[in-house]
Amino acid sequence: MNAQARQGWLLVAPATLLFVGILATPLAMTLLLSFNGWSSTQGIVPTLTVQNYAEILSDSFFAEIFLRTLRIALWVTLICVLIGAPEAYILRRMREPWRSSFILVVIGPLLVSVVARTLGWALLLGGNGLIPLALHRVGLTSSPVSLMFTETGVVIALVHVLVPFMVLSVWASLARMDPATERAAQSLGASQITIFLRIVLPQAMPGILSGGIIVFSLAASAFATPAIIGGRRLKVASTLAYDEFLSTLNWPLGAAIAVLLLVGIVAIVVGWNRFIERRYSQVFAS
Amino acid sequence: MPYLAIENIRKAYGPAVAVDHLDLGVEKGEFISLLGPSGCGKTTTLQMIAGFVEPTQGAIALDGIDLSQLAPEKRGLGIVFQSYALFPHMTVAANVAFGLEMRRVGKAEIRQRVEQALAMVGLADKGGRYPRQMSGGQQQRVALARALVIRPAILLLDEPLSNLDAKLREEMQLELRQIQRQSGTTTVLVTHDQQEALALSDRIVVMNQGRVEQIGSPFDVYERPGSAFVATFLGRTNTFSAEPTPQGLAVAGHVMMPGERPATISIRPEKVDFTTEGDGLPGRVLTRVFQGNHWLLHVQTPGGLCLVIRPNDGRPVPGEGEAVVLVFRAGDASLSLAGSSP
Ligand SMILES: Nc1ncnc2c1ncn2[C@@H]1O[C@H](COP(=O)(O)OP(=O)(O)OP(=O)(O)O)[C@@H](O)[C@H]1O
Ligand SMILES: [Mg+2]
Repeated sequence: MNAQARQGWLLVAPATLLFVGILATPLAMTLLLSFNGWSSTQGIVPTLTVQNYAEILSDSFFAEIFLRTLRIALWVTLICVLIGAPEAYILRRMREPWRSSFILVVIGPLLVSVVARTLGWALLLGGNGLIPLALHRVGLTSSPVSLMFTETGVVIALVHVLVPFMVLSVWASLARMDPATERAAQSLGASQITIFLRIVLPQAMPGILSGGIIVFSLAASAFATPAIIGGRRLKVASTLAYDEFLSTLNWPLGAAIAVLLLVGIVAIVVGWNRFIERRYSQVFAS
Repeated sequence: MPYLAIENIRKAYGPAVAVDHLDLGVEKGEFISLLGPSGCGKTTTLQMIAGFVEPTQGAIALDGIDLSQLAPEKRGLGIVFQSYALFPHMTVAANVAFGLEMRRVGKAEIRQRVEQALAMVGLADKGGRYPRQMSGGQQQRVALARALVIRPAILLLDEPLSNLDAKLREEMQLELRQIQRQSGTTTVLVTHDQQEALALSDRIVVMNQGRVEQIGSPFDVYERPGSAFVATFLGRTNTFSAEPTPQGLAVAGHVMMPGERPATISIRPEKVDFTTEGDGLPGRVLTRVFQGNHWLLHVQTPGGLCLVIRPNDGRPVPGEGEAVVLVFRAGDASLSLAGSSP
């Protein structure tokens, strides 16, 4: 090893230690834990078994919860794209004092404590809350229907907090776009809608896709919002793992759920990333 | 009435005036250059023609039709942007086809016209590439093809060659001129490169601080600059203040040309000659620089420093430190009377 390489290792050592200490070690321990056995009388049994995984994969109760997690995450991602991409475009076209203040409004949800924000949603979504009453008033429902403990409620609350990530991500790719391309399209006869759909949106696509990754993985692993809005009745993977750990005290099973959730998210994100790179590498400078 | 008539337009950004009292008529098929230093309002003028910037005052008419109420997408102009503004997510062929698709031209005709346009700019075999896979000069040509394929009423070019290196720029100038002649498209070019304006244009509009200084053919504006600004901006020029004497105008007591009133004489460096007999402005060669096809000399005279350019045509050129006598023909000099504004 020459001096320069040694110096390099030395320089990355603190970050590596931190990474190993606070991320790799707990993960490895969770993974190990997930292969341990459990019984209600003995607690954790230090054997090596795949029994936990077998239980999760064979029981339709777990399958339903994982499917629900996936469904919620996909809906949240889709809605975030539909709201966030136009929002970023509009923000970019705003003039200055407005733009800065609206950016603050957009990232506002991130500045509010998760508990306060989610309890706020609980007030809005509950049976006497504003949203069910409004839906009833405009005649969409025959009586006020509470959105608490429903997937719709969870999706709404998650979209609220995750949309900023989409906006910022799309914003970043719009910032890389040459604004003259819009004028060029206009001079060639394109209407504003055509410009947005055929010129702006494709150039914002890398931002939309990477924003999608962020939103999807955060939505799939979100805990506080589904815990409060979904409660015990509407479990998702993360609240399920939490319950196994803290209510049933079946740590190995909870660990196995957490591992499966992690593996699932990583697999989807990596596949997604591959797709983006393959699709856009020759079109856009990285 | 000219094909493109710009009447007394003005653009102000708050108190700052970008373009003021600009009058310009462009004939059909003409190649016009807007030439001027940075910030003189060239781009603003072009953007007003294109419709992206609204004039504060004044009118622009194309072929007798007032453009002021017409949105940019309705004007049917071809624009080549300084950054080219190619659509990075579309192939070259798709870029060129875009304007035709907006005009709802049939598929077969689009294919044929795109092919023609790409062939015209020498990129017939590059239609399947993405802009990022092309060189600067090639991208520039794609932008040109994209603007021309819609058969625009006017072609607007904003410093299209400024991102290219000197050699490629010269090649592209020739090519641009050829393509423009061939298509017969009325063209307005914005540039701050005087060489480019001189080489390409039928007429040059020299602008300064938002105002037109002079409009004329390249030969005219170079040979007969209408103002001191034009004389110094276009090429280099020597200026001497001259006093009238009974024999004519004299610089530092040496009679140079006829004239009765105090004036400033402007004379191009290549129009100054050395003489061995007769009268003239005496001086001493300070520096002599060889520049390939010509020599560049700085001569110190009692009337001030004088720049002299001599062609490298085999005739002897005085060396540094030599005493010389400078002369020029009265017809080559331009006079601005002292006291009158330049
Ligand atoms: N949107 C704007 N707001 C305020 N001032 C502007 C704006 N656009 C241009 N200006 C001003 O108007 C003047 C003319 O600008 P313009 O872009 O037309 O110059 P230009 O001749 O194209 O210069 P360059 O050769 O540097 O491109 C400049 O002083 C510029 O600062
Ligand atoms: Mg400009």
